[in-house]
Amino acid sequence: MSGDRSQYTAGGPLIGAPQSTSPTPGASGARIGVVTFPGSLDDRDAMRAVSLAGARPVQLWHRDTSLTDVDAVVLPGGFSYGDYLRCGAIARFAPIMESVIDAAQGGMPVLGICNGFQVLCEAHLLPGALVRNENQKFTCRDQRLIVESTSTAWTNQFAEGQEIVIPLKNGEGGYMASEEVLDELEGTGRVVFRYLGPNPNGSRRAIAGISNERGNVVGLMPHPEHAVEAGYGPDTEDGIRTGTDGQGIFTSVLATLVNA
Amino acid sequence: MDKQSHPEGKRVDMGRVVVEVMPKPEILDPQGKAIGTGLQRLGIEGFEVRQGKRFELTFEGEATPEVIAEIERAATTLLSNPVIEDVVAIREEAAEARAEHPSTAIGAASDAVAEANDVEASAR
Repeated sequence: MSGDRSQYTAGGPLIGAPQSTSPTPGASGARIGVVTFPGSLDDRDAMRAVSLAGARPVQLWHRDTSLTDVDAVVLPGGFSYGDYLRCGAIARFAPIMESVIDAAQGGMPVLGICNGFQVLCEAHLLPGALVRNENQKFTCRDQRLIVESTSTAWTNQFAEGQEIVIPLKNGEGGYMASEEVLDELEGTGRVVFRYLGPNPNGSRRAIAGISNERGNVVGLMPHPEHAVEAGYGPDTEDGIRTGTDGQGIFTSVLATLVNA
Repeated sequence: MDKQSHPEGKRVDMGRVVVEVMPKPEILDPQGKAIGTGLQRLGIEGFEVRQGKRFELTFEGEATPEVIAEIERAATTLLSNPVIEDVVAIREEAAEARAEHPSTAIGAASDAVAEANDVEASAR
């Protein structure tokens, strides 16, 4: 297709350019990298979420070896490398991951969403592993969570104990770790998100998201990037698809970067 | 040692090592559970099933201690995730024992099942 496309956009584009609704002062210069692996699905949504929060998204490619000059990195959801071998196991050895691991160990904020969480676990930046859902079903629904830790780079704009609703969509979201590791996570405040209501995937202790010791690396199975824009989020009491509880993740990292 | 043709036309000795990985006993194995349910539907009762993975690593030359050490490294870094899986076997196998699947009894049986399924499907 070529030529004049105005007929398709005469009434404005179907999905408008992202308009930041809750800009963090001083955040417009922040650059947040989003890595695309072969099979990543939610990289565009993550980039849009970054724009909506008022920062600049930077597309990173799995074969890149440099993070360029980004201030934080998001590993998005999807099925990198077709989930071959184990979810995230192949992506963990992608060229870009060496830089991601170095940066994470140096304190850069890194967020892994869904498949990104699986990659972070496979890369040993976070403990434990994600296994097939206990009920053997792919689960897709709006999920209630409780924010248990607000001392991470990605959750400081939430209130401790705050209840949020963001979409959950995975087939292998069961969080597993040894009892000692689970006790350590609980004891050191590193359980960041916990499922509310019925456990959707058999995760040990209903864990939905965790952080590393320093709090700069966070991984979670549900998708905050799908709940950042009214009209496209979960249903709330205010109306259908009005939920924007995921915004807090992105405004949190901007607050972290601005205050750094 | 099997003889396989080399790209340059030479025949070289090929070695083969099999690595087997199983989910840890304490980790629930939903895939095995689903397979067990499938068996019950076929009237094959009384089995608890756990599903693992089998990797065949074929290489030129013999399975020297150095080669085995490399394979052990592969087994614990990429082929398995020690948080949820155990490497239960690393063993050398004769390369000529490779299951050319239709020529084995099990292979022939699974072909027969596949054909029967095809016939059943086309009859629907």
